[in-house]
Amino acid sequence: MTAQKTEETTTQEHVVPGDVLLNKLTAEQLDAFGGELDAIRQRVLSELGDEDADYIRRIVKAQRGFEVAGRALFYLPPAWPLAVASLSVSKILDNMEIGHNVMHGQYDWMGDPGLNSRMYEWDNVCPSSQWKYSHNYIHHTYTNILGKDRDIGYGILRMDEEQEWRPYYLGNPLYATLLMLGFEWGVAMHDLEFERIISGEKSWAETKHLHAGLIRKIRNQALKDYLLFPALTGPLFPLTFVGNATANLVRNIWAFNIIFCGHFPAGVSTFSEEECENESRGHWYYRQLLGSANITGSKLFHTMTGNLSHQIEHHLFPDLPARRYPQISEEVREICQRYGIDYNTGPLGRQLFSVARKICRLALPDRKQARRSAAVTRPAFAA
Amino acid sequence: MSPTGSAIGSRILRSRALAALTSPHGVDRYLEQVNPMWAAHEVRARVVEVRRETTGSPESGTAPVATITLQPTSTWRGHRAGQYVQVGVDLPGSRRRTTRCFSISSAESGPGERFTLTVRAHDEGQVSKFLVHEAEPGQMLHLSQADGDFTLPGSPATPSPYPLVFITGGSGITPAMSMVRTLLRDGYDAKAHRKVLFLHFARSPEDQIFADELAEIAAADNDIDVHLRYGEQIFSEFELRRLVPDYRNTDTWACGPGAMVELIQAAYAGSDRLRLEFFEPPRISGGEAAEGDVVFGRAGRSAANTGESLLDQAEALGLKPEFGCRMGICFTCTSKKTEGTVRNVITGAESSLPDEDIQICVSAPVGDCVVDL
Repeated sequence: MTAQKTEETTTQEHVVPGDVLLNKLTAEQLDAFGGELDAIRQRVLSELGDEDADYIRRIVKAQRGFEVAGRALFYLPPAWPLAVASLSVSKILDNMEIGHNVMHGQYDWMGDPGLNSRMYEWDNVCPSSQWKYSHNYIHHTYTNILGKDRDIGYGILRMDEEQEWRPYYLGNPLYATLLMLGFEWGVAMHDLEFERIISGEKSWAETKHLHAGLIRKIRNQALKDYLLFPALTGPLFPLTFVGNATANLVRNIWAFNIIFCGHFPAGVSTFSEEECENESRGHWYYRQLLGSANITGSKLFHTMTGNLSHQIEHHLFPDLPARRYPQISEEVREICQRYGIDYNTGPLGRQLFSVARKICRLALPDRKQARRSAAVTRPAFAA
Repeated sequence: MSPTGSAIGSRILRSRALAALTSPHGVDRYLEQVNPMWAAHEVRARVVEVRRETTGSPESGTAPVATITLQPTSTWRGHRAGQYVQVGVDLPGSRRRTTRCFSISSAESGPGERFTLTVRAHDEGQVSKFLVHEAEPGQMLHLSQADGDFTLPGSPATPSPYPLVFITGGSGITPAMSMVRTLLRDGYDAKAHRKVLFLHFARSPEDQIFADELAEIAAADNDIDVHLRYGEQIFSEFELRRLVPDYRNTDTWACGPGAMVELIQAAYAGSDRLRLEFFEPPRISGGEAAEGDVVFGRAGRSAANTGESLLDQAEALGLKPEFGCRMGICFTCTSKKTEGTVRNVITGAESSLPDEDIQICVSAPVGDCVVDL
């Protein structure tokens, strides 16, 4: 059975939407395309200075303000919703516009230890060192390469037709909902690669080097949110406890939705490992582009997403300060148009709907997949 | 706040409880938002005064010098005379925080006490130029704690036929000045029965830092002799021998430009009485001619080894590695050497371990060398 299956996979033709388009672009065109994007990158790098430094410092100040206000408002029981809102905003800013972006090294040029990728730690149960490995290195280098980019479905979900359907995936919508509610825990456990431990590809002992950091971080986060701050409010302990948990939950839901809209709406493509061997810079950019989607919205909305509403620009230039993404998005879009590359963008509602539909559709065996398997098996019958 | 009050305050600020409440950012990340002079662990300072010492002259190629008085945060632990401090400046415009080391020029400071830096605005020194030309009262600087072993022993005033000798050149006078000021402040006088000999080399009288104060010290009734030498000569062994015949057996503190320090080192012929402080690393000199190739692996660049420090060689190839002090102190430039042998240009020590973290500003390759840059 196993042998037959392998044969099927090798004879089966690999078709992804990206290939069709890629065949239209010659190697020279791809190089020119890469050159134009490199030029944007160089220009922005040379412009970095006062504005970027002032912006991130303003955001940090606002985040600290929301955090202190949130913690303090728990002393006034009628202001409980306000306290939760304030703390939620604080955690969202901390994780997205500050944490995610600082850990990408977007502000390393400032030389400020408080905004340095090697030193920043975020208000999240995932230790920054493990996040930087799985996100900055694995996800951003092998973006949307099946079998390499573990962010495709996070090892839990079926987010791409190329992931073979199994009855387990009938639970796709349920798993996605659970992942959304506990997103920070999902991110923290990401590096352990539970799915590979369960399938026996990896042993529990191999994850040992991660345990101490993970336990320490979880302990610190739990200590302040679920013990110390609630205890400081005395008789209001339960209210503060629930409030802190709610703020963490709000941040989880928000971050999950923004990130899923940036990576998984319809039209986003995945690649095979073979396609990306010895790839040119132009091809790398091209892969980043087809692997991401943007969300349109107001300036405040962009800030609250850490400017990850510009996931396309982020994937092209992960180490440029994210506040620059909206500024260069028109230019990137124009370049894409000229090369006939789809620039996937839309309002939050539409992108969310598209992601939700995909999660549900892929819970079921793919009709196209079934046809393709049939096509492969048919000659066997004939023989 | 009373001393006990502030002691209790700083104990609370440094408590484990507050660290847990402010996790993962730490107390300082919140305090700085309220008042930059509040800190629990970090050291910062506010510029109190900038005083011009010399104006410098473009003809003789000397740059102006200024003394900057700093009020540190209460986290400053004080300094011993002769020590240096790392100063970080958010440069205007580019906003890149750049850090350099400066010797402290004032007498020993206690915890939280003011101190001064005396800085020459070198052409290529962005931090020193900023401090001399642009620093204004009220501005904040980022500091390290004071560090360095270029200090006086606990009790220099032990009666002895051997004097204490300070040999300095140019702005290398600052750590020695801190030592002399400390001695005088603490009552060092003719009854100490141990002479102090201060031999300083400067370009010209106009370029002399602390000229008035040195004249006062020379004139006063104390055991401190001041000898100022002007001109192109950066050091004279003949002069030193005339003043201190048995100088190799005399406790000496020397600080100056690299070329001067090399001459002094040669004169002392390895005597352990000599303590040195560089304010630029000595140029790599003597020894065998540079051989082999230097490869910067990540950048995919390579060139024939020039014998200069790896940082200089990387920059000559157009690479921009991170660096700080350029003198082996701050570890900003630490990089991985994957293959080959390097010599520490300050200690002369060679090491050939593979995958070794080295400070590229003070490491020169000996033969072929591969660095992960």
